Amino acid sequence: MPLDNAADISTLVQPGRVHRRVYGDPEIFELEMEQIFGRVWIYVGHESQIRNPGDFVTTRLGRRPMVLTRHTDGEIHVIHNQCAHRGAMVVAEDAGNADEFVCCYHGWTYDTTGKLIRVPLQHGYPSHFDPDDPDTAMVRAPRVDSYRGFIFASLAKDGPSLTDFLGYMTTSFDDMVDRAPDGEIEIAGGVFKHAFDGNWKLYLENLCDAAHPLFVHQSSIEAASEQDDGAHSDGAGEIAVRQMRQNGAPYKMWQEQIGIWTYPNGHSFLGDYHDDEKLVAAKRNKVFTEYIAAMETKKGKEETKRVLEVTRWNSNIYPNISFMSQFRQFRVVHPVSVNRTEVFNYMFRMKGAPEKMFEDTVAFSNVTNGTGSLVLTDDLETYGRIGVGVNSGGAEWIEIGRGYETDSPDSHGGVQGKDSTSEVYIRNMYDAWLGYMTAA
Amino acid sequence: MSRLAPDDICAFLINEARTLDERRWEDWLSLFADDGWYWVPIEEGQTDPRTTVSLMYDDRLLLETRVRRLKAGKLHAQSPISRTTRTIGNVTVEDETNGVLTIRSKFQMIEYRRNLQRLFGGTLLHGLAEDGDSFVICWKKVELVNCDSMMDGLNVPF
Ligand code: FES
Ligand SMILES: [Fe+2]
Repeated sequence: MPLDNAADISTLVQPGRVHRRVYGDPEIFELEMEQIFGRVWIYVGHESQIRNPGDFVTTRLGRRPMVLTRHTDGEIHVIHNQCAHRGAMVVAEDAGNADEFVCCYHGWTYDTTGKLIRVPLQHGYPSHFDPDDPDTAMVRAPRVDSYRGFIFASLAKDGPSLTDFLGYMTTSFDDMVDRAPDGEIEIAGGVFKHAFDGNWKLYLENLCDAAHPLFVHQSSIEAASEQDDGAHSDGAGEIAVRQMRQNGAPYKMWQEQIGIWTYPNGHSFLGDYHDDEKLVAAKRNKVFTEYIAAMETKKGKEETKRVLEVTRWNSNIYPNISFMSQFRQFRVVHPVSVNRTEVFNYMFRMKGAPEKMFEDTVAFSNVTNGTGSLVLTDDLETYGRIGVGVNSGGAEWIEIGRGYETDSPDSHGGVQGKDSTSEVYIRNMYDAWLGYMTAA
Repeated sequence: MSRLAPDDICAFLINEARTLDERRWEDWLSLFADDGWYWVPIEEGQTDPRTTVSLMYDDRLLLETRVRRLKAGKLHAQSPISRTTRTIGNVTVEDETNGVLTIRSKFQMIEYRRNLQRLFGGTLLHGLAEDGDSFVICWKKVELVNCDSMMDGLNVPF
């Protein structure tokens, strides 16, 4: 059936289930690109990528290729990477520093706010041609804002403020930044770029899924369980090996020791996970001891305790990021087509922390989140299989009902699952999805 | 200079490629020294595997873990398995320091899995030490021409 109106969309989301078309229908995907990626706050980059005037980095808003820039006056802009003349992509490098952007085709030139500043052979144009028209430009996203260094853009002229949009989830960004002894973090260590033949929504739906590791990651659990705990030859990798084993924790642990919290606009986090005794950055670890000392020197004992008591695992900011403060991993999801998605996995370095902690971040990423890692590769396989399944015309409904009867309000205006295995965070994303998709 | 002839070096590299194509993972692992390492950088000219991520960067213990995973009962990402075929050429000896030869070669690998064929290519750098009539791999670095491209998952070592 063609989608005629909001009422049709509404039939696709029901209590505890969604229609498989939301993952496979190109028409729905097109609507998502307008109603969601074309309107809501979308993460586009971090301030550490554009520290100085003239710095730029290419990014995306949904499928739109954008350039994130810092203008001479220090203002941040997000401009469409398309020439106003005959449409060529203007900026070809991934990152750099420039006073202006010159199109390769006929030399139309833009400043770092996207404004057209030079047009060679400017004669004989009809009266509508106005180089000062903001639409005759590398068109700027109307709203750009940042929270503690994390930059978002929205293609809607009006709407909720960024902090209203993030709501209680601002605390997850605080958790990322507050852990740095010097109070500052920076993107560092390269980026993994991976892709799969599946819908973009699958990614965040997996990142807070506490029920999947035991099945999906069986191979790395098995391989890591057999590795002895002795000193690793160079120290690298050990942390990640422990993480692989942790994925094999019995359901009892996921049910008794870990929780899932969800908030308006589709956001959520999986929490209470990192009891350091159980997991990776063990408090007895020498580097961690040095780190705590650095924290206490800079922030005092009390503040250090407060910061480190936050034990969140993945935080999802709907629709396109998922990050984790413990190992400073940060994934950005880019929809490509209804059944193709690309994901960038970045890392952050904490200023003032021992450099070995950053090396552990890199090692962790290599082994668990990398394109050739022992863990993520099984997730990618799973997304691909879902891509095949939901497009194969079988059962109409996708069940997302686990924990439905036992969800309960939390004290910050959200809804929490009875335990971490609840699919409440998926239901919560679909509440937001439905709101966006049916908005006038 | 090495007692072993250039032909021996080529034969060693060809045999190594064959263990991988034939998915004899343990045989492949046994070619590495006990403190050997294996590295597939993600950036052209990447100098440091500690402070920049890599497509793969395994010391011997992690390499053993990688191989155990390839043999694990429920390896979804290799169900079905990848079939590969590798060709090696342009072999040159670049250096010999403290008994370790640096060997440079070019490779192409075709990987086929579930209706999809992928082509990989690049430069292999091997640090080889003589060991009886053959060599052990002290280190192996794989420089893919598309190291920084968008990719679906990589499960088979190069
Ligand atoms: S297309 Fe850019 S100047 Fe002509
Ligand atoms: Fe996973």
